Amino acid sequence: MSIELRNVSKQFGQVRAVEGVTFTVKEGELVALLGPSGGGKTTVLRMIAGLETPTGGDLFIRGERMNDVSVQKRNIGFVFQGYALFKTMSVRENIAFGLKIKKWRTADIEARVDELLKLFGLDGLGARYPHQLSGGQRQRVAIARALAPKPSVLLLDEPFGAVDAKIRQELREWLVRLHHELNVTTIFVTHDQEEALEVSNRIVIFSRGKLEQIGTPRDVYEKPANEFVARFIGVLNVLELKVQNGQARLAELSFPTHGVPEGNTLRIGFRPYAVQISSQLGEYRYRATLKHIFFLGVLLRLELETPSGLTIRTRIIKEEFNRLGIAEGAEVSFQIREYRVLSREGDSLSAEVPVAQLVSLAEGI
Amino acid sequence: MASAAKSRLNRISRSQRGTEESPWVRAVLIGIALLFSGLFLLLPLANVFAQAFSKGYAHYIKALVNPDTQSAIVLTLTVAIIAVPLNLVFGVVAAWLIAKFDFTGKALLLTLIDLPFSVSPVVSGLIYVVLFGLQGYLGEWLLDHDIKIIFAVPGIVLATVFVTFPFVARELIPLMQAQGSDQEEAALTLGASGWQTFWKVTMPSIKWGLIYGVILCNARAMGEFGAVSVVSGHITGMTDTLSLRVEKLYVEDVAAAFASASVLAVLALITLGLKTWLEHRQAADLARAQAVSLEAEDTDAPPRASTPSDSTAAAA
Repeated sequence: MSIELRNVSKQFGQVRAVEGVTFTVKEGELVALLGPSGGGKTTVLRMIAGLETPTGGDLFIRGERMNDVSVQKRNIGFVFQGYALFKTMSVRENIAFGLKIKKWRTADIEARVDELLKLFGLDGLGARYPHQLSGGQRQRVAIARALAPKPSVLLLDEPFGAVDAKIRQELREWLVRLHHELNVTTIFVTHDQEEALEVSNRIVIFSRGKLEQIGTPRDVYEKPANEFVARFIGVLNVLELKVQNGQARLAELSFPTHGVPEGNTLRIGFRPYAVQISSQLGEYRYRATLKHIFFLGVLLRLELETPSGLTIRTRIIKEEFNRLGIAEGAEVSFQIREYRVLSREGDSLSAEVPVAQLVSLAEGI
Repeated sequence: MASAAKSRLNRISRSQRGTEESPWVRAVLIGIALLFSGLFLLLPLANVFAQAFSKGYAHYIKALVNPDTQSAIVLTLTVAIIAVPLNLVFGVVAAWLIAKFDFTGKALLLTLIDLPFSVSPVVSGLIYVVLFGLQGYLGEWLLDHDIKIIFAVPGIVLATVFVTFPFVARELIPLMQAQGSDQEEAALTLGASGWQTFWKVTMPSIKWGLIYGVILCNARAMGEFGAVSVVSGHITGMTDTLSLRVEKLYVEDVAAAFASASVLAVLALITLGLKTWLEHRQAADLARAQAVSLEAEDTDAPPRASTPSDSTAAAA
């Protein structure tokens, strides 16, 4: 194991930024720290780097306790959110900085810088200054500078935050390729769940300073540990149902009670893709009017309204939609194919309540 | 016909920019500015030299080689040479503290830095007299140990340091605050010590602001009158700075007074020249950088395909 956090906490005055976080990153892994802003993920990254000192718990890198080891001696590469390039130095001097500090021989420095310039597609830009580069180039210089002294860990704080959408996609793919080639243990912070799902081997999800779940992208998407994760990863529609006469009901919809006593509230969540639609009115159980169609590209977002006025949001692939041959205002039938029970106590909005196993239609209704 | 169309075009383009004033407004504004600076700045400056040479070139030289004037010039330069480096160090340290750290008493420190600007220089001088003067709190102790501060060079230096304290710090604080501490942190993660970080990363990035602050500080240090006047004691040939010497001479020999004043004026002009040259260089730096980035084609996309499998895919 390369990096291990045991019950690590960080307090800034009265504010608890990170509380009792425990997780392990294996050698060569590419891990995302994901969460909403203020979740504590950047603080965790900075503690691993040594830019912050934990107020509790232990931090190990390659089995060695690092709490009191200074940032200079941790042998990490850190890429800052705004890149933090030395603006009074050229690209070449920026990349060479760490090597000069570590007193490499001049010839070795030259060779290493040339190698990195080539690897990062920065040939011919060595003499430029940071303000003469585009956003994407700056980011590559920042990563090259961090990697130059051959760190054992690469840490990136919101690496794609400052570049525009089109470049961001390419940079993601490039980071994955780079990690594949160099195989250096990499941890990056992001607030973008899509980015985390796409790029990382594993995702560590934080909210309000606590670790919510750690797992592969598929794990956290398909088996969210709690409602927070379920809502944060992907889109989740939530329904609050009232249990009456042995059925949990909301408008026309009715579900099994899942053990919730009469008169209480059952909360369920479902992904937009779990809604099945048919233009045949008799095919599924419920009826609705197609109110709005939002074009998202390959996907379409549909808004259905039941006769009693309940709105159901779904997503559908364009081809599927074309096959249905429906337009705004059409009458359709629908059903919710699978859903999760979020909580059995109606008043509880707590994220800590574990999410029950996925309930599929066959066993559910 | 073509020329008529062209002139019409010209007229349109001249009056179409929304933020542009009509010609006569511009003329009036420029006129006022020129008149004002001519009347209040250029004319007095010219008068200094006119008066200095009013009794001829020989008298001018004689006034300058007068040993008391020479001593005043030396004292003024000495005070500046001591006070400016002190405030350079104090200013950088204070700005560093305020810009990069959060601590209790930060607001107080900021206020203290501004104190010399808000207090009358005469009061600043009096503070030192009250502290170190014969009747002052520390007067007796100093007398016992034979240390002379008031009516001596140390007092003049102290008063000058006090009065010129804010220049460097005030110049650097907004600059350092705007830069944040990202670059310093980056240097630390690359293995640099605090000292290396300061000299290799912080210093180069505040260079221009620092030089500018030093120039302003120097100008004030050489020109200060009020605070120095209170603490110096006006001992001719010993504790008279140039400013004090000018005042004293004005009663005895107006032309000599203006000759001394012309030395101060020349020092001020040199400072002004340095400042203008610096601003010019900085602007030139910026323009050159922009020219380079304009001609640079934007290769923002990451390098394509560095793995073999990818490059074959790209080829196909």
